[in-house]
Amino acid sequence: MNFCVALGGNPNAGKTTLFNALTGSRQHVGNYPGVTVDRKEGRYVQNGHDMHIVDLPGTYSLTAYSVEEVVARDFLVNERPRVTINIVDASNLERNLYLTIQFLELGIPTCVALNMIDVARGRGIEIDHNKLSRLLGVPVVPIVARSGFGKKALMDAVETVAEAPLRQPLRVSYGPDLETAIQEMEKMITGGNFLTDLYPSRWIAIKYLENDEQILEKGGGTDPQISDQLEAVTRKVGAHIEETLETYPEAMIADHRYGFISSMLKQGVVKELHDRNRLFLSDRIDKVLVNRFAGPIIMLLVLMGLYQFVFTYSELPVAWCEKAFEWLSDLVSATLSDGLLKSLIVSGVIDGVGGVLGFVPLIMFMFFGIAVLEDSGYLARVAFMLDRVFQIFGLHGSSVMAYIVSGGIAGGCAVPGVMATRTLRSPKERIATLLTAPFMNCGAKLPVFALLIAAFFPQSRARMMFILTLISWGGALLAAKFLRMTVVKGASTPFVMELPPYRLPTFRGLMIHTWERTWQYAKKAGTVILGISVLLWAAMTFPRLPDAQIETYDTQRRGIVSTASPRVVEELEKSAGAQPLSAAAVELKDDLLAVDARQAGAALRHSLAGRIGTGIESVTRWAGFDWRTNIALLGGFAAKEVIVSTLGTAYSLGTVDVEATDSLAVKLAAEPGWRILTAWSLIVFVMFYAPCFVTVVCIARESSWKWGAFSMVFNTSLAFFLAVAVYQAGTALGY
Amino acid sequence: MATINIRHMQVNQEGTIASVKVGGELGRRLRDMGLVPGTAIKIQGRAPLYDPVALRLKGFTLTLRNNEADLIDVEVNG
Ligand SMILES: Nc1nc2c(ncn2[C@@H]2O[C@H](COP(=O)(O)OP(=O)(O)OP(=O)(O)O)[C@@H](O)[C@H]2O)c(=O)[nH]1
Ligand SMILES: [Mg+2]
Repeated sequence: MNFCVALGGNPNAGKTTLFNALTGSRQHVGNYPGVTVDRKEGRYVQNGHDMHIVDLPGTYSLTAYSVEEVVARDFLVNERPRVTINIVDASNLERNLYLTIQFLELGIPTCVALNMIDVARGRGIEIDHNKLSRLLGVPVVPIVARSGFGKKALMDAVETVAEAPLRQPLRVSYGPDLETAIQEMEKMITGGNFLTDLYPSRWIAIKYLENDEQILEKGGGTDPQISDQLEAVTRKVGAHIEETLETYPEAMIADHRYGFISSMLKQGVVKELHDRNRLFLSDRIDKVLVNRFAGPIIMLLVLMGLYQFVFTYSELPVAWCEKAFEWLSDLVSATLSDGLLKSLIVSGVIDGVGGVLGFVPLIMFMFFGIAVLEDSGYLARVAFMLDRVFQIFGLHGSSVMAYIVSGGIAGGCAVPGVMATRTLRSPKERIATLLTAPFMNCGAKLPVFALLIAAFFPQSRARMMFILTLISWGGALLAAKFLRMTVVKGASTPFVMELPPYRLPTFRGLMIHTWERTWQYAKKAGTVILGISVLLWAAMTFPRLPDAQIETYDTQRRGIVSTASPRVVEELEKSAGAQPLSAAAVELKDDLLAVDARQAGAALRHSLAGRIGTGIESVTRWAGFDWRTNIALLGGFAAKEVIVSTLGTAYSLGTVDVEATDSLAVKLAAEPGWRILTAWSLIVFVMFYAPCFVTVVCIARESSWKWGAFSMVFNTSLAFFLAVAVYQAGTALGY
Repeated sequence: MATINIRHMQVNQEGTIASVKVGGELGRRLRDMGLVPGTAIKIQGRAPLYDPVALRLKGFTLTLRNNEADLIDVEVNG
C-alpha cells in the first residue's frame, strides 16, 4: 500500500530529527523553535508499504499564526495525509497535547509519537503511555528520535492506523453556553451540507466560535448565507459570554481544552518526582548566560571566541589549500603550451574555483562553531536578549534568527535566512527583515573578507572579522530603521517565543551539520561558480587584441632582443631556472616581461569585461575601485564567491610574472593602486551591495518582484554611498 | 492575595494566572502557548533591557514582551 504520512507537532518537538531517522535525509535540525519553515518530503518502506513521509513546520495550533504555521496547517487540514504522526515532546506534555486535541477534534487519523522520553526521564517525569493511549483513543508510542529508539514500534502503529477505519472525532465539552450554541450551529451545518464533505460539523462550529479566519473565508465563499447565520450565532453567544463571564468564546474553548488535558493527565498518566516549575540544569545555566549584566558581555565574548577559534585553526589548512592550488597551477602551466586552453585552465578554472575552494577549511570551522551554538540552544537566548534592541529598530526577536542564519555569525547564507523570516508574524517587520538580512556576512562574502584581511590586516584577523560583524549588524539595523520609517511603516507585533532547554549537541549531529554545509559550499564552487568563472574568463579574454597591436608588442620584443648581446640571449633561452642568471640576462628578462605585462594588461582592457570595467571606472573611482575590481564586483551580482575568483583571474590575466606563484593576497597587497583604505571601501561595498541572484529570486518569491528589484537598487545605492563616504573621508584625512 | 500583571512581578515570584484580557489573534496565541487562567507561573528572568520577560509554566519556558505581559493578570501571595 502506498500512503502519505505527515509529521505534525509543536515547533522544536523533534519532527525533523524523526524525519531524518526515517528517511535517511539530512534536513536541518536545530535547537530553537521554527527551524523548518517549508515542507520536506521523503520515503520510508516497511512491510511492503511505501510511505511518503512529509516533514512540516511546527505549529502550536491548527489556527495558524505565522506563514510557516499556515504551511503546516494547510497541509494537514486540506491535503489530508492518510496518517499524521503527532510528535509530542514528552518533557513538555501538557502544552504539546493542546495540538493533539485539535488533531483529534478534526478527526484526522493520528498516531502520537511521545518523543524525548530521555529528557522527560532525566527530569523525573514518568509517563504511562498505555493509559494515555486509552484516554486519547489513538496509539501512543514512546520514542527517542535522536537515537532512533522506538522507530520500528512507531511505524508499526502507523500501519495499523492506516489500515483501520476512520474514527469518530474527539468530543471535548465546552460548557453549557457554548454547547447550546454548537448544537444550534451543527443543525445549520448538517442541514445545509455546509463544508461537511471536508470537515466534521462540530469542528466547523468550533472554528466559527474561534473566529478562525481561514475557515470563515472558506465558508463565506461556499455558502455566504449559512456562513452569516453561523457568524450571527457566534456574535450572540459571544455577547452573552462577555456580559456574564467577561471572557470570549475562543478563550473559553482554550480553557476547556486545557481543562480536558489536565483532567486526563491527572488520571495517573504522568508521575512527576519534582515540582514541575523547579529549575533544571538548563535554567541554572540561564541564570548566568542571560544574566542582565553578564549576558551581553558573554554574547560578545562567544562571538569573539568563535572567530579566534576559526582563524587560529584554519590558518594552516587554508595555507595548504593555497599551496595545493598553486602547485596544480604550476603543473598545468608547465605541461600545456601557451594558448587559449592553458589560459582557460589556469586563469579561468584553477584561479577561479581554487580561489573559492581554498577557503573550505575556514568555512568548515565556522560552520562547526555555528552548529555548536545552534544545537545547544544558545541562539534562542541571543534572540531573547536582543529582542528589545531590535524593537528599537522596528524589528523583532525573530529577526535575530533570520540575521544569524543569513550570516550574522559570519558564514551563513541569505537564502535560508530570507526563508527564516517566515516566522515573523507582521508582513512589515518581515519585509524589513528580509531586505536587511542579506547585509550579513554570508559564507560567500567570507572569502572576500578573509582575502582582504589577509592582505591588509594580517596581524588581527579574528578581531577584524569581529569588527566587520558589528558593522554589518549596525548597518542592517540602521537600514531596517530607515525602511520601517519610510516604505514599510507599521506597528510592531507581539513577541511570544518558547525558550528551548539547552541540549548537549551530539557529535554525530555536529558532524552532519558541518559536513552538509561545507559540502554545499564546495559543490557550489565546483558547479555554479565554475560556470560563472569560465564565462567571466571568456568575457575577460575576448575580443582579443587586433593582430596589428599584437604585432607592435612582438616588434618591441624583437627590438629588445636584437639590441642585447647574442651571448646573453642564448643564456636566457637555455636557462632552465636552476642556475642563477647573469645580471645582463636578468635585465633582459625583466625588459621582456615588462612588455608581456603591458600586452596582457592591454588585452584585458580590450576584452568585453575590461571595457565595461573601464567604462564605469570614472564613477567607481570615487570609491577607489579600479576597473579590475569593477569586473569582480559585477561578477558578484551573480554570486559573491565570484568576487574572489574574478579578482584572482583579473590579476592573473592582467599581469604576467614568472614568479606568479604568489597568492592573491600577496599580489593585492603589492599592487600600487591598493592600500588599506581601498580595502575598507571594498569591504563596505561588498557587505552592503545587491544580494546575489539566488537571494533576489528568493526575496521575490517570499514577498514580490517589486521587493526583489528594490533590494538590488536600494542595497547597491546604499553600498556605493557608504563606500564613497569611507574612501573620500579617508583620503581627506590622509589615509 | 493580590492581583498584579506580569510586568510588575519580581524575578522568582510565583503566582496563578487570573485572566488574560485580550481577544483576537494575540489572545489566541497567548492561550495556545498555555497562558490560560488557573495556570501556575513563575518569573524566571528578564532580558538585559528589562524586556522581554521569561516565565516558567507547565514545565517549559516562555518569553514575552512587557507589552504582552501587561495583558495578563496574576494572583500572587502577599
Ligand atoms: N534529547 C533529545 N533531543 C532530541 C530528541 N529529538 C530531537 N531532539 C533535539 O531537539 C531539537 C529540535 O529538533 P528538530 O528535529 O529540529 O525539531 P522540529 O520539530 O523539526 O523543530 P521545528 O522545525 O523548529 O518545528 C534538536 O536540538 C534535536 O537534536 C530526542 O529524542 N531526545
Ligand atoms: Mg523541523
